[in-house]
Amino acid sequence: MTSEVGSQLLFQMRRIRHVEQEIARRYGEGKMRCPTHLSVGQEGVAAAVGLALLPSDLAVSGHRAHAHYLAKGGSLRAMLAEIYGKVDGCSRGKGGSMHLIDEAAGFMGSTAIVGGTIPVGVGLAYGMKCKRTDQVSCVFHGDAAVETGVFFESVNFAVVKKLPVLFVCENNLYSVYSPLRVRQPEGRSIAAMAGALGMSTASGDGNDALGVHAQTTAAIAAIRAGHGPRLLEFSTYRWLEHCGPNFDNDIGYRSESEYQDWKSLEPIGRLASALIADGRVTSQEVAQMDERIRREVDEAFEFAEASPFPDPSDAYTDLHDASVAAPAEA
Amino acid sequence: MPVKTFAQAINDALSLAMELDPGVLCYGLGVDDPKGVFGTTLGLQERFGEDRVFDMPTSENAMTGIGIGAALYGMRPVMTHQRLDFALLSMDQLVNNAAKWRFMFGGRRGVPITVRMILGRGWGQGPTHSQNLQAWFAHVPGLKVVMPSTAEDAKGLLLSSIFDPDPVIFLEHRWLHNLRGEVPEGDCRIPLGTSRKVREGSDVTIVAMSYMTIEAIHAVSHLEEQGVTCDLIDLRSIRPLDWPAVTASVRRTGRLLVLDSGNLTGSVSGEIVARVASDCWTELRAAPQRLAMPEYPEATSPSLTRGYHVRAEHIVDKVGALLGRPLESASLQKQRTHPHDVPGDWFAGPF
Repeated sequence: MTSEVGSQLLFQMRRIRHVEQEIARRYGEGKMRCPTHLSVGQEGVAAAVGLALLPSDLAVSGHRAHAHYLAKGGSLRAMLAEIYGKVDGCSRGKGGSMHLIDEAAGFMGSTAIVGGTIPVGVGLAYGMKCKRTDQVSCVFHGDAAVETGVFFESVNFAVVKKLPVLFVCENNLYSVYSPLRVRQPEGRSIAAMAGALGMSTASGDGNDALGVHAQTTAAIAAIRAGHGPRLLEFSTYRWLEHCGPNFDNDIGYRSESEYQDWKSLEPIGRLASALIADGRVTSQEVAQMDERIRREVDEAFEFAEASPFPDPSDAYTDLHDASVAAPAEA
Repeated sequence: MPVKTFAQAINDALSLAMELDPGVLCYGLGVDDPKGVFGTTLGLQERFGEDRVFDMPTSENAMTGIGIGAALYGMRPVMTHQRLDFALLSMDQLVNNAAKWRFMFGGRRGVPITVRMILGRGWGQGPTHSQNLQAWFAHVPGLKVVMPSTAEDAKGLLLSSIFDPDPVIFLEHRWLHNLRGEVPEGDCRIPLGTSRKVREGSDVTIVAMSYMTIEAIHAVSHLEEQGVTCDLIDLRSIRPLDWPAVTASVRRTGRLLVLDSGNLTGSVSGEIVARVASDCWTELRAAPQRLAMPEYPEATSPSLTRGYHVRAEHIVDKVGALLGRPLESASLQKQRTHPHDVPGDWFAGPF
């Protein structure tokens, strides 16, 4: 571990958290008019995996994708403009928070159907195999996605073909309001279950960003060396409600004490304390990071707010490639 | 021009596409087995290798998504289902990903995937090996739906589907695979969304799709012998649909009969009648008519399927009703020498 990795992780996690908290703070203004799933508390996995991947590697994700998109290098301005429904959004206002894309950064898309991008990520890896590149395709998913049939189907094919796929499972214990105990048998390890499908898997503490980075770096090296797919399961916890800007520990599906327990293990403070204690980062440097982040985020929100809405006629575009002769459909 | 079967024409198109573009993939259950999906994929793996032509796990949904991912990476996958019914397991990937990707990401990238699905009929295919669900796919903006009825069209339309920048559902009727016809050599693409005028006539417009076109040809010939001439339009593409050809014909004849290989309610034929009623109301001389499958699944026993499908004699009778005069149709039935549940002597099952 280098101090550079530590400070990069700290910066990215603080950046992601600030973005998410600013979205939450401004959400009530009613200008971000779409379902928005925030990653506050889960920044460790995204930041560490994003840093471990190369810019040329590809990634896909699901409905809670802001952190993955940002950590992979996606444009913050384009993401916020998208959430505001503006023409400068990464999906030109057609997708919103749940449909993020920045191909230049290797973020190939996030979608709103749980498990829906898992085979897409595997298919990207099949393309890599056909074209003999040394890229890795990273599939971010959650604990509920491993309950879908398409997860098993996709992993099976990735194993059969030894494809360069890294499955990153963020286990945050809940699918909307449904706890793991009503969805999966008691004591199940997702990593062990996935391992039974024929690939190397491991689990880890998702709130230990340095640990996630080390595990992911090793997994990616093995994948790049041609050893086939890997799955890493990281335990973590979302602080806010499933969808929206609020805390919801009071509505009865989880307890305040559970939240407080997880909060005490949260990834950002832990890493900051460790880095400061070791003298690898100073408090002053952390303050400078935050100032840089605040400026970037403020500017990105200004950009998003100032961007125009798409013209209403844009709703008719992007259905098919416009270069193909217009069908007689209209 | 060489004469080939519809199945050979499909094979021609796949071979040529794979020669033209190293990104073309061909996969599906059984594509490399000794039968080669009714001959349509025979020899491809030997020529193009196992990376590009491969059998797959029985995982229709994931394998569709994997095709989508490969397409996003720059490949042109052609996925094959030996029955449309199996592809129902992949509706999530087709509808939520393939059909939406270009739109929901603001045009950043399309999904050039072709999904071949074979439509079963007869020989006891039964409720889950015989469904003609073209209307399901045609209902989804972002999907194109193609239903060829001749060998030449099969080749030309499959080539266009494979090289189309967006997802195409390519529906092959099992009863057409042995149909012979002239097939041009080389790259003979036919634009998607263009219909084919099979016969010219002035009394009634008949709009057909896929195998219904074959029944319609028999009917139209029989009608000509009785002094009735029909415009017969083979749609070839269900979406985009060649509306100008349909409405131009109806404006001339004033009478419309639509033949649909699917069940009646919610069918493509309903959409065509609705559109014509709205656009050609004052030119219509009779209420538009439809012939489609009845409102129950295709059964297995031959005794339960005898009256199930639309045949040439039904078309003749319907044209008579449109014209308000009786026309002879019984002799058509008598001309048929093979049992009702097979397309011809060449078909002896098993599927």
